[in-house]
Amino acid sequence: MAETIKLTVARYRPEEQSEPTFQSYEVPYNKDWVLLDALNHVKNEIDGSLTFRWSCRMGVCGSCGMMVDGVPKLTCAVPLTDYRPSEPVRIEPLQFFPVIRDLVVDITSFLGKLSSVKPWIIRDDVEATEVAEYRQSPAELDEYKQFSMCINCMLCYSACPVVGLESEFTGPAAIALAQRYNLDSRDAGAAERQDVLNEHEGMWGCTFVGECTKVCPKNVDPAGAIQLYKMATATDWMKSMLLPWGAK
Amino acid sequence: MSNPSQPPTVDLKLYRRPMPFGWWLENGAYFRFIARELTCIFVGAFALLTLDMVRALGQGPEAYAAFAARTGTTAYIAFSLLAFAAVLYHAVTFLRLVPTTVVVRLGGERVPDGAIAGAHFALWAVASLVVAFIVLGG
Repeated sequence: MAETIKLTVARYRPEEQSEPTFQSYEVPYNKDWVLLDALNHVKNEIDGSLTFRWSCRMGVCGSCGMMVDGVPKLTCAVPLTDYRPSEPVRIEPLQFFPVIRDLVVDITSFLGKLSSVKPWIIRDDVEATEVAEYRQSPAELDEYKQFSMCINCMLCYSACPVVGLESEFTGPAAIALAQRYNLDSRDAGAAERQDVLNEHEGMWGCTFVGECTKVCPKNVDPAGAIQLYKMATATDWMKSMLLPWGAK
Repeated sequence: MSNPSQPPTVDLKLYRRPMPFGWWLENGAYFRFIARELTCIFVGAFALLTLDMVRALGQGPEAYAAFAARTGTTAYIAFSLLAFAAVLYHAVTFLRLVPTTVVVRLGGERVPDGAIAGAHFALWAVASLVVAFIVLGG
């Protein structure tokens, strides 16, 4: 008989339940599968009512993030063989987000935070950008490239206890993306972003737990971005206090 | 009749899991973080007690003798050992985080995290040796 593995999946059907319960599914322990394949097997062959998000299946779209044995992961990037068939794998929706149904979370709050930091290039000469070319050296690209790899998968929000404790906290990915544009040599919007992020709910809300960086599937290092942002802001403040005549 | 220019609205019955009081006990990384934060209390206490010692020294031999008598008890020594361990933990975890907050470039290349942390640990060791040399009668 073919080997199997048990998935213990959080179910929340708002029309029937007031809080989630767990349901177990036995799926083939296929060594070619990732966890998302196992969930799709459940959806296609066992229980069509199981609800979860997914799209690209290659770690690009950031849709299939879930808690796997308590750790935020992209299920399309986790081989089933990372888990022993003798022990059930617990799958839950991303923590610290409101749950809509089963493994699907409400990301409205995240999208609001993301747009609040203006994650796009801001320039005074807007008209010129339509025709002009703005060159950038490899060194200038290196300054922000790491932070530009973010796919908005929200695993970092699910790893950050501050997000769970303070719902207004802007959060790791949004601050890292703000830093990504601040460090872009073509951008002139740092002061605008500073208004949003130089607040308790902004960068200063971060207590440097560091888990956001550990779970990031793209090695963005949001914790590093936030601390660098804090350092730059504190340094500017010190300069303005000590050298008021030389401040920008 | 609904407005075709507006997306349909749905009343969602969202489930919001309350943050449990013991959230920091559910995850080893959270526990280590809270331990790091709590050791701040010992760092502060250590600093205040050192200031008290300096004050006693400044007030003369009698004041220092009183300070020595006050701090020679078993309870105080036990507290000092506990505080020392806490300060050590705080210092080590703090220095290990330094590379995340400091980016150094040499010749266009970013200095590896290990080198930055290592340099800080080396500076700490040198500073400790200098202090030990002075205190132990250099």
